Amino acid sequence: MPAEAIEIRGLRKCFGDNEVLRSIDFHVGQGEVVCVIGPSGSGKSTLLRCVNRLEEPDAGTILIDGADITDPEADVDLLRSRIGMVFQSFNLFPHLSVLQNLTIAQRRVRKRPRAEAEAVARRNLERVGLAEKLGAFPAHLSGGQQQRVAIARALSMDPDMMLFDEPTSALDPELVGEVLAVMRSLADEGMTMMVVTHEMGFAREVADRVVFMDGGVVVEEGPPDAVLERPVNERTQRFLKMVR
Amino acid sequence: MTKRQRERLVRAALYVVLGAGLIGLALVADWETLRRNFFDVAIAREMFPGVLVVAARNTLLYTALAFAFGLVLGLVLALMRLSSIGPYRWIATTYIEIFRGLPALLTIFLVGFGIPIAFGTRWPVLLQITLGLGIVAAAYMAETIRAGIEGVPKGQMEAARSLGMTRTRAMASIVIPQGFRLIIPPLTNELVLLIKDTSLLFVLGTTPASKELAKFGRDLLANKANATPLIVVGAVYLLITLPLTQLVAVLERRNARAR
Repeated sequence: MPAEAIEIRGLRKCFGDNEVLRSIDFHVGQGEVVCVIGPSGSGKSTLLRCVNRLEEPDAGTILIDGADITDPEADVDLLRSRIGMVFQSFNLFPHLSVLQNLTIAQRRVRKRPRAEAEAVARRNLERVGLAEKLGAFPAHLSGGQQQRVAIARALSMDPDMMLFDEPTSALDPELVGEVLAVMRSLADEGMTMMVVTHEMGFAREVADRVVFMDGGVVVEEGPPDAVLERPVNERTQRFLKMVR
Repeated sequence: MTKRQRERLVRAALYVVLGAGLIGLALVADWETLRRNFFDVAIAREMFPGVLVVAARNTLLYTALAFAFGLVLGLVLALMRLSSIGPYRWIATTYIEIFRGLPALLTIFLVGFGIPIAFGTRWPVLLQITLGLGIVAAAYMAETIRAGIEGVPKGQMEAARSLGMTRTRAMASIVIPQGFRLIIPPLTNELVLLIKDTSLLFVLGTTPASKELAKFGRDLLANKANATPLIVVGAVYLLITLPLTQLVAVLERRNARAR
């Protein structure tokens, strides 16, 4: 049996006196789509950011494809280049064109020749439906388009898995759909995905598993219809009633 | 009288005072003396082409040297100030605090006379100029550059790192280019200050070929016993600095649009 894509054991993270993750056990299987939901401040974004060590865990182990990345000897840069990350605020590079946004890491990190990097970039822009925006600058794109470019940028590194940190929370409501559609098609292609989200509809339809977090612990997890429709835990019930 | 009428009356009165003042000044002034001493066309004509091909050229050359040095050292100092290694931060902070607080004239003397007296070696004059002005300029630019780097949103570094870039690579390709875009206006202002500070360089001693604008004008002032050279030199300074300050305004407008 192949190793889990992401396997986390006993993860703790504090910001000062505030313990945001209290001994989390969590895993994502190969090709699995896991949505993490929960109230703000529940630690779900921190958990996601620990997976590529944008946050340094205080204790616990994180295995990516079976390799321990909390090991001080681990090559974090190599690891990150294999894990795509999509941010709430897009974080496109505003001084670079869309094409350059997609090629810079391919060329500087992957050392791909320009022609190859640009071909990969074109293919991924097509995948998110923005082939014609190649030469545009981020400031001239709508929020939804920027987020789709950000997804294409992450995909251009040929990642083994994708992390999404509330990818639609900064979007106007009418732009949410186009981003979710791209994510859905990624899931259909078998991409391993960990998605922190408030989009319950997306979680219900796309996720293989839903994890509900509150107060720095995993409160409840399971198939979407179980967690979202028939939650066992009282905190889950309360949260779902509030977001509905 | 309504409030509006009163305001109108005050405005009119202010214009009358201004107009009367100007007319009075024009009547009192000795136009012929002014013209002869400040706007002597013959003297002005004599200054060309030297004022441009020697003096202005030297001013621009000295400015460019000091600016390039200040920019490079300033960037190094800014990065040191942002370093996670304590001693680097302390060294940079000390440098910046010391040299921002010193007049450029002092560092020019230091490089031009202090060093030769201490070590018995005289550096080439262009190196003296570069260091004399650049040492202070670097301290100012370091703070400007640091502000620029810190002005780039944290998410930019995170996005770059999440794509597998090293910290250094992310700094060089993502953060610093954006930081510099933010600080082009204040950096251009520092360039203008440097242009004016080249007027201090005469203390290093000059040859006819190495005079910058201010020294060129001053020597002719003494030579001709006439202030016209200062007016001409001042006009040349403005010819250089005004487009730069205009450029700052344009860039600031463009920056505002790009956001």
